[in-house]
Amino acid sequence: MANKIIEINFDTGWDLAPAPESTSHIQLKEQYELFIGGKWIKPESGKYFDTINPATEEKIAKVAEGNEKDVDKAVKAARKAYNEVWSKMPANERGKYIYRIARLMQEKARELAVIESIDGGKPIRESRDVDIPLAAAHFFYYAGWADKLDYAFPNRKPQSLGVAGQITPWNFPLLMAAWKIAPALATGNTVVLKPAETTPLTALKLAEIIQESGLPDGVVNIVTGAGATGAAVVNHKDVDKIAFTGSTGVGKIIQNAVVGTNKKTTLELGGKAANIIFEDAALDQAVEGIINGIYFNQGHVCCAGSRLFVQESVYDIVLRKLKDRMESLIVGNPLDKNTDIGAINSKEQLTTINNYLKIGKQEGADMYQSNCNVPKKGFWCKPTLFTNVSQSNKIVQEEIFGPVLAVQTFRTVSEVIEKANNTPYGLSAGVWTDKGSKLFNMTSQMRAGIIWGNTYNKFDPTSPFGGYKESGFGREGGLHGLKAYLKFD
Amino acid sequence: MSKTKLIYQNNPSPSVDQVGILDRINRITSRSIKNETKVQGLKMALNMIDLTTLEGADTEKKVIQLCNKAQHLHDAYPNLPTVAAVCVYPNFVKTAKNALKGSNIKVAAVATAFPSGQSSSEIKLLDTKLAVDNGADEVDMVISRGKFHSGEYHFVFDEIAAIKEACGKARLKVILETGELGSFDKVRKASDIAIEAGADFIKTSTGKISPAATLPVTLVMLEAIKDYYYKTGIQIGMKPAGGISNAKLALQYLLLVKETLGKDWLNNQWFRFGASSLANDLLMQIVKQETGIYQSKDYFSKD
Repeated sequence: MANKIIEINFDTGWDLAPAPESTSHIQLKEQYELFIGGKWIKPESGKYFDTINPATEEKIAKVAEGNEKDVDKAVKAARKAYNEVWSKMPANERGKYIYRIARLMQEKARELAVIESIDGGKPIRESRDVDIPLAAAHFFYYAGWADKLDYAFPNRKPQSLGVAGQITPWNFPLLMAAWKIAPALATGNTVVLKPAETTPLTALKLAEIIQESGLPDGVVNIVTGAGATGAAVVNHKDVDKIAFTGSTGVGKIIQNAVVGTNKKTTLELGGKAANIIFEDAALDQAVEGIINGIYFNQGHVCCAGSRLFVQESVYDIVLRKLKDRMESLIVGNPLDKNTDIGAINSKEQLTTINNYLKIGKQEGADMYQSNCNVPKKGFWCKPTLFTNVSQSNKIVQEEIFGPVLAVQTFRTVSEVIEKANNTPYGLSAGVWTDKGSKLFNMTSQMRAGIIWGNTYNKFDPTSPFGGYKESGFGREGGLHGLKAYLKFD
Repeated sequence: MSKTKLIYQNNPSPSVDQVGILDRINRITSRSIKNETKVQGLKMALNMIDLTTLEGADTEKKVIQLCNKAQHLHDAYPNLPTVAAVCVYPNFVKTAKNALKGSNIKVAAVATAFPSGQSSSEIKLLDTKLAVDNGADEVDMVISRGKFHSGEYHFVFDEIAAIKEACGKARLKVILETGELGSFDKVRKASDIAIEAGADFIKTSTGKISPAATLPVTLVMLEAIKDYYYKTGIQIGMKPAGGISNAKLALQYLLLVKETLGKDWLNNQWFRFGASSLANDLLMQIVKQETGIYQSKDYFSKD
């Protein structure tokens, strides 16, 4: 017995048969125009780009590429709607439109979920259970605030800003659009939204919903395109507010661009969150939280728990549990209801991730990947973890934005706080311990905008979200989220 | 037989976080089990059933009927597996053994002042001896929950160890009655005590208390089994019992076992369902997968 290797055999011969979500109910056009002033308008450039399914590399639709002139049209439409209709409308009327949008999103939840998974590669389990319900919840939540702003900010006379320029990322396309549009509308602003170029479809479906809701023309305008289109939104002189979620690199460019203007700005940027496990934690559930923290949405999450800190005394046992749990993760077709990890969002992102895997190995770290199969076509990355790493490794310092976890150990509370804060980022963190006092001590000393205790990646419209340091500034969600779209006397 | 006396060591059990357990179970219940996976799972589940009758009104004839059902689940459908065991009170063990002669179906007997466990240790040992002397292959005992709640873990441990010794060759299943323990932490503690004291199986419930078996409680117990396996290389079996009456739920239990303990536990040597009405629902689903239509309940025998 002494030399027997004790292992759990996960090769059970009882594998889950494919359970694909039906796609027959979705309605997509072959070509999408720009949504400006309540109408679908051809782009000035006459140019279109393809959006593809990252799981199959097949083209889904052609999408208009908006340029400066298109953005100008959109901003003018938004200004007109603001001046003539939206800013004059009684607040409770405004709320009704937002409620209507929320209800329509719920009615079309299944269709939106499938399109989100096709366009972005995320598992249908997540788009169905997280992205779409939360997006609708944001509209419901902010709809309720529309006529209660005076109570949210007593004696401060909150007033709308005007036209908001909003730029959303490709990792949670519809949810990020909801995070931005819902509070802007509730506070009486009008919107020009530029969705990410690899995942524009659910924002365009949202435009259809907005049309159906009867929202006055021009209150929400959606201009698709890549970086240049986004730059045109940021640089437009008649935009009063910029809200951006995306990379820290682009965030810095935007901040430079708005310097010296009157544009109010919120930036929600990258992260490299510490997820910290103490020896007294409920280890099995902590492992579940680590898995959820890093492999949720293929790790394409700005608040992903990508740096794991394990107290040295439980390192071996946590690592073993982690590897066991990784074996039961199913990687593959995003539309399969059993898929845990879907496709990497784009070829470009896959290259970035693979490059980091190479760097990690070159730096001498030990790479471990689960024994799963991945499809031949499409963009895939097995769930990965690196051990034998330290703070000086690039894979620990930089945001990989993929299913890649870097595991380090620590001995004491002060050591782990120092290491957790030793990063230019400060978006989120997780702490796992059975001791409440330890939890509160940790959370009050960590410089991160969101800290989860004994859980991870939990979101709610009532809770503000945003970062410290190079993870950005300003908050979205909750009362704080309203403030970002208001000015006060 | 070696008589190494087991000594209770008050090792702290790992804590269990309720929110995390429910999150994990949510991942299991949102899985979709279809087609050949479903058929294979349904047959596997059928083969893991401890077909149970534990009524005050039980008679020899009733037990014989149940044993017949165990051997002839649904003869209209060929090549079905049988259930794993029949579970009865100790005084019906002989009857069951006779009725099951020639089959591979085991006879399990509940003992130790089932279901409350409120009696003296002497009587519990005699109860166990009665079951074993009558030929029981397996003994399902209950722990003393009162003593457990009083913090008398030594007592609970020693009692299990003594019953284990009285079982001889019979395999011992230790019922924790999780519905009376009050928290996942307590379930984990009781699991660890039972395992360390010599349980061959740990079992959730008597079926007489609600809630009986649940997926979250079962996960807590499977994790205890897993930790012990990694520590010692010794396999311990798991038996959720009570409240599992439909096929879909049974399949979710199997999925939980698959993703927690893997292949070595996916057989009736190491996993059982304690159930009385589950078999017919499994049968109905198996036939439905074959024919594409649900048959009337009246086509499946009720014993």
